[in-house]
Amino acid sequence: MTGTRSAITFAWLLLLPALIYILTIVGYPLIDTINLSFTDASLRPTVNFVGWENYQDIFNAEFGGIIVRTIVWTTFSVGLKILIGTCGALLLNAAIPGRTLFRILTMPPWIIPIPIGVFAWGWLYNGQFGMISAMLEGLGLTSGPTEFLAYGNTAFWSTIVTDVWIGVPMVTMYLLAAVQSIPKDLYEAAWTDGAGRFYRFRRITLPMLLPAIATMSTLSLIFTFNSFDIIWILTGGGPRGQTTTMIIDTYKTAIGSYKYGAGAARAVMICLFLSVFCYFYFRLINKVSRQGA
Amino acid sequence: MTSTESIVRDVATEDTPVVPATQAPPRTSDTPMIDRYGPVEKALLYAGAGLFLIFILMPFIEAGLVSLKPLSHLFSRPYNFFPENASFDAYVTMWQSVPLLGRYIANGLFIALVQTALALLLIVPASYALARFEFPGHGLILGGFLAVSMFSGAVLLIPLYRLMRTFGILNTYWAMIIPGTAFLLPTGIWLLRTYMLRIPRELEEAAWVDGAGRFYIFRRVVLPLAMPGVVVVALTAFITSFAQQFIFALTFNSKSELMPLSVGLFSFFGRQEVIWNELMAASITGIAPVLVMFVFLQRYLVAGMTAGAVKQ
Repeated sequence: MTGTRSAITFAWLLLLPALIYILTIVGYPLIDTINLSFTDASLRPTVNFVGWENYQDIFNAEFGGIIVRTIVWTTFSVGLKILIGTCGALLLNAAIPGRTLFRILTMPPWIIPIPIGVFAWGWLYNGQFGMISAMLEGLGLTSGPTEFLAYGNTAFWSTIVTDVWIGVPMVTMYLLAAVQSIPKDLYEAAWTDGAGRFYRFRRITLPMLLPAIATMSTLSLIFTFNSFDIIWILTGGGPRGQTTTMIIDTYKTAIGSYKYGAGAARAVMICLFLSVFCYFYFRLINKVSRQGA
Repeated sequence: MTSTESIVRDVATEDTPVVPATQAPPRTSDTPMIDRYGPVEKALLYAGAGLFLIFILMPFIEAGLVSLKPLSHLFSRPYNFFPENASFDAYVTMWQSVPLLGRYIANGLFIALVQTALALLLIVPASYALARFEFPGHGLILGGFLAVSMFSGAVLLIPLYRLMRTFGILNTYWAMIIPGTAFLLPTGIWLLRTYMLRIPRELEEAAWVDGAGRFYIFRRVVLPLAMPGVVVVALTAFITSFAQQFIFALTFNSKSELMPLSVGLFSFFGRQEVIWNELMAASITGIAPVLVMFVFLQRYLVAGMTAGAVKQ
């Protein structure tokens, strides 16, 4: 009943609404972005074809610096998410007997609207009256209030920490599920043979967890590269552009200054990066699922 | 096995490491030797786990305490963690400072609800087509859906803005609902397709032999069986939509009476003098409905969100 011509027609009919929707809302805009990137489109009614001018312009400007900053920002953020998420998954797997309670406590940053969490961080970073500045002062690490979001360096790290906070629950929940799916008899066999806890961790847990960590890292890389809300709310890309990543730069150019053409060229650059990540992700899940089969 | 257990179990595919809560080993007094820790190990474990949870929960705790502190106490040095003369005043005065707060909360929930309904209308038939039928381009379409979930709306903002203008729906609910829905589809389709693959074909074949039409089989045989999977997909879509409606709502709508919670409070946050205790009180009030919903439904959500994120 599923291979005949009428079955195929039926399948396409079921598929068509979703397909048309995606092509209209994602496919067409993707092509339109590429088109726009070769024009000087703006609020003016006339649109001229300008060839590669937008691309030449962004590379003449500070775009190289923005790319480097985006890569550094993303690398540290993903690295910390994976590190803290892995530690969290392992610790909570071992320490807390009630898995339900653990889920309820770990997931909130993930399920609330991102801006709401960021507002709370905005207060935590407050220099005069915020908790973090007061803690550093109390520990004697700083000698006065630190206005975290007012200086490029601290603002850069503050946005990373908040991004990590939002990303950790997903990494933790996924890796926890992965830890718990490692067959128990592996541990029992090793234990019977006299293997210590650290040896079991290094020789069983870690290797068994590695594919999950690789998949999660790539996925997290893609999400983090796309991160917009946190930086936009905390610093708006400032101070003096020092937290401006590629996404923020695109938004400022296109929506802030109405330079649609120049903004589209930046968006195309982001798409190129995402396509590379996507390629690695597809390769990775192909490999993982072939091993699983 | 109860029905809830089977949902969690079935939503995960064979090699997805999603372990339902009910599979937890019973931790009774006869914990096997292998799981026993010495006192020092135990202390270290709890300290590490405590540190982790403090990182996750501190912003919530601080937000809660700030909402109880009077402004004069908030803007005083040295810093005090615990509130003196705590009061719920901010929860009363916030309704005057943010007159549209009720609207913001309702708008956020409304947008998420319509997005979920719209997404389900598209996800359910598409998942069935991809789960049951073999046709040319099958793999390409599956991969294409997956690739869509990698691109955020932020990248496509300019053409989407022009598209919304062409449709004539800028500054309406639709401008916030339509773009976001597209990004809910890929995860939902992958998740539900995986679930439908596990429904045995025999029932459909029996109905086919009895002369039932294809659409009848889809609606009367497959859909009821797939209902638990649909519920998980719906919950996942709702929460995702609620958490990620900021950028479209910020860019495609400027009418304050249509703004969802995140954008409505953002204008409050951006002021020169932020009234922090009221902002935190409004934030907590705004997310309370979803937090309550989450506590009761977290089991389905974890299954949906972890499986959807990773299993492809």
